[in-house]
Amino acid sequence: MAGAAGPAAGSGAAGGDGDDSLYPIAVLIDELRNEDVQLRLNSIKKLSTIALALGVERTRTELLPFLTDTIYDEDEVLLALAEQLGNFTGLVGGPDFAHCLLPPLESLATVEETVVRDKAVESLRQISQEHTPVALEAHFVPLVKRLASGDWFTSRTSACGLFSVCYPRASIAVKGEIKQYFRSLCSDDTPMVRRAAASKLGEFAKVLELDSVKSEIVPLFTNLASDEQDSVRLLAVEACVSIAQLLSQEDIEALVMPTLRQAAEDKSWRVRYMVADKFSELQKAVGPKITLNDLIPAFQNLLKDCEAEVRAAAAHKVKELCENLPIEGRETIIMNQILPYIKELVSDTNQHVKSALASVIMGLATILGKENTIEHLLPLFLAQLKDECPEVRLNIISNLDCVNEVIGIRQLSQSLLPAIVELAEDAKWRVRLAIIEYMPLLAGQLGVEFFDEKLNSLCMAWLVDHVYAIREAATSNLMKLVQKFGTEWAQNTIVPKVLVMANDPNYLHRMTTLFCINALSEACGQEITTKQMLPIVLKMAGDQVANVRFNVAKSLQKIGPILDTDALQVEVKPVLQKLGQDEDMDVKYFAQEAISVLALA
Amino acid sequence: MPAIFLKAYDATSNEQQELFCQKLQQCCILFDFMDSVSDLKSKEIKRATLNELVEYVSTNRGVIVESAYSDIVKMISANIFRTLPPSDNPDFDPEEDEPTLEASWPHIQLVYEFFLRFLESPDFQPSIAKRYIDQKFVQQLLELFDSEDPRERDFLKTVLHRIYGKFLGLRAFIRKQINNIFLRFIYETEHFNGVAELLEILGSIINGFALPLKAEHKQFLMKVLIPMHTAKGLALFHAQLAYCVVQFLEKDTTLTEPVIRGLLKFWPKTCSQKEVMFLGEIEEILDVIEPTQFKKIEEPLFKQISKCVSSSHFQVAERALYFWNNEYILSLIEENIDKILPIMFGSLYKISKEHWNPTIVALVYNVLKTLMEMNGKLFDDLTSSYKAERQREKKKELEREELWKKLEELKLKKALEKQNSAYNMHSILSNTNDELKKKPATSVG
Repeated sequence: MAGAAGPAAGSGAAGGDGDDSLYPIAVLIDELRNEDVQLRLNSIKKLSTIALALGVERTRTELLPFLTDTIYDEDEVLLALAEQLGNFTGLVGGPDFAHCLLPPLESLATVEETVVRDKAVESLRQISQEHTPVALEAHFVPLVKRLASGDWFTSRTSACGLFSVCYPRASIAVKGEIKQYFRSLCSDDTPMVRRAAASKLGEFAKVLELDSVKSEIVPLFTNLASDEQDSVRLLAVEACVSIAQLLSQEDIEALVMPTLRQAAEDKSWRVRYMVADKFSELQKAVGPKITLNDLIPAFQNLLKDCEAEVRAAAAHKVKELCENLPIEGRETIIMNQILPYIKELVSDTNQHVKSALASVIMGLATILGKENTIEHLLPLFLAQLKDECPEVRLNIISNLDCVNEVIGIRQLSQSLLPAIVELAEDAKWRVRLAIIEYMPLLAGQLGVEFFDEKLNSLCMAWLVDHVYAIREAATSNLMKLVQKFGTEWAQNTIVPKVLVMANDPNYLHRMTTLFCINALSEACGQEITTKQMLPIVLKMAGDQVANVRFNVAKSLQKIGPILDTDALQVEVKPVLQKLGQDEDMDVKYFAQEAISVLALA
Repeated sequence: MPAIFLKAYDATSNEQQELFCQKLQQCCILFDFMDSVSDLKSKEIKRATLNELVEYVSTNRGVIVESAYSDIVKMISANIFRTLPPSDNPDFDPEEDEPTLEASWPHIQLVYEFFLRFLESPDFQPSIAKRYIDQKFVQQLLELFDSEDPRERDFLKTVLHRIYGKFLGLRAFIRKQINNIFLRFIYETEHFNGVAELLEILGSIINGFALPLKAEHKQFLMKVLIPMHTAKGLALFHAQLAYCVVQFLEKDTTLTEPVIRGLLKFWPKTCSQKEVMFLGEIEEILDVIEPTQFKKIEEPLFKQISKCVSSSHFQVAERALYFWNNEYILSLIEENIDKILPIMFGSLYKISKEHWNPTIVALVYNVLKTLMEMNGKLFDDLTSSYKAERQREKKKELEREELWKKLEELKLKKALEKQNSAYNMHSILSNTNDELKKKPATSVG
């Protein structure tokens, strides 16, 4: 079919001048119907092009009905369609005609696949804003009602996301109806729908009048928070944040807190986890007074919860919680009500809990100040630095900067060193990789002397690690160190050691020399590069292993721009030319590439 | 926990009854099994008591009296209903990893054992039990199917099966809740450990459905079981799922077309392992298909099979080609050779020349030979028009490209026009008053 119509369309396009009736719709629809899913998908993704070719009127009268009728397709195609339609208002003739887009989107909002439905809802929300208040009530609200009373759960689930966009612009009578529909979805028979309603509860509350929030949303919230399914209850915790933000202190105390207290002690760990996870948001929403009276005791319980998952989530929030306490009296509260629990967690049985704590605990130093840090926190840091789990130690080391600002790193350096050394030699290469990445930071904080004395040998040892990723990281680590400590330091401590490796019997180590030179040459500058590095590179051009030789070519290409013309012409060029005649294909290739990049031909 | 013995056979039946209830209450006390050293003695006493209870209800007649039901269900609930702990391994992969076993199994196992003996006892009366084993009870029972411990799920399977068999009033509710669990599994969490067990129960439930099938059941097939094929962990329950699907088709053959179309819609795009499973299921369906139903789906189905035989993954190709070893499928193909041969020919011809795997090439030769014997004339026609057909396809492809190129040009042109008009509008605006300025701003945007 497309074959027959194709040429006609082609000639039409050549003759016409942007005429709307240029393309027979059949041709375009054929494309949307193509047997091959991939082609169909491509066509749908260019739906706007098709609409443009058809013009606004035929898009409305022919294309959209077609799309509405042929909704049965692969989800992939439907997803693309749902996305396209959200930006289609202009193509159907502007806001006055936006409602034409509702029928296909309504069908899409009822399909099974969540991703498609969510996208359809997103597009509907977008389009709702383009409706006039009159059109909204005439077309959009009825659609929401139809979805909300659909047979299958999918349409009701989709409806949940649409209430908040039509409520603010609806008339009072319609507002009442909208609330009624939302209410019934909150007590829907299907847990999927209740979950959808619970997850939109906060958003809906925000657009309601304050009185309605108190008289209608709060009871819904209370119900959902005591749903028989924990998957529903935990969503109510999220809604709690939004609702509390809308209410006065007294109202929060009377209307929200009983439910929140109950959630913090829920029999399902998933709900308690959610409370822990949303703790900072909750804290901000309920304000300092309720935080002190209610949330802190709840937090203490979460920190000693029987499920490790919950303890870990709470441990993650320790720093934020402390930061957000009112400054007045903060220190006392932390010292008396939080710190004792933290001390327990340092020796928790679960490594995720300890590592969650280790990732934030250093942040307390700035809040508690120098003396408290030295007296109370330092022992904890030190204990964690000796933890059996490498992740805990890493988390402490990676946050050293917080402590450095308060007490200076020297306090820790005695314990730091064994911890670093042990991590540096950990059997798991990912642990070694992680500690390498903190080296430049540590070097900066510990100073050059300490570094030379204790850490330099580690950095050099990584260069001959048996895992490539470590050798690679070690190389870029050296570059960062040179940037920190300067070229003189490099010349005295690093360069000689790197260059010695050029004579190593292991070709992998010889290549590491080249990689280091690639990384260091720029930081070290012309003089060191020309005088110390270049001779070594050139010498290695005679290596018996081809991999080394083509890396010589690559290195020369890399350091070429740093050298002066003299060195390039006299020293580099002949070597590259020789490599260009190498018997190995790859060596030849890279040598020739270097010659052309350095313009030595 | 003090020890009381139930073996007081000399006690009067009233005393014995009272003792029975006391023991049940005693077994409501829970112990912390995460701590393996605490309360060792008490744990042992409870274990012995549970054993005694199991023994008591299975060897004695007339001991399950009306007044005991409440205590029995209470004891069972207290022990087995709990929020399942988070998995030790957050990336738990049921196909790869060892499951975390339930720590309190020494007690829970006996409680399940007791529960089963209770349900299976000849004295058991559903009419009394339904006061305690109600919707809420079943709901909690179903949630336990997510347990990571296969031993527990195995017990649950038998327990739920018995409950479904004995409590007619709960059947619709159980089906609906399983429905919800599956939908959540498919569309929300993609995680539920007990899918295979629930499907196994459903297999026998479907077997017992009366004809004609209710709309509710058909909906379950099309909107739950078929989409379930999209799940990541399909391998874990595919056998049970395919069994359920075939059960439905054996009940009502008119479901064949929508089921096959559904499977084609969800056909795996990248996962070869799943594709092999789909092909297996298709063969199971074809084994029971009616020839009239076959005619309805042969075209889309064989288009897919034609893609499968030309898969570069040899296991997929091989699985599809095995269809030709199936006598019944072969007879269906032969009856409809005029339709099927043109669909299959292109792929088979191409693979016979190009496939990397010699086994596949050999299989394809055999298939081609079989097809040739079915209709030699058509086969020859297709062979001679093969090249022309390929060229026509290529031409069509070029025309498509041409069409889209033109469309793109048109789009650019329109965009340009719009820009120009916006520009013109802008130059007009800069010369007019403020009032005008506001209007076009919206129409331009």
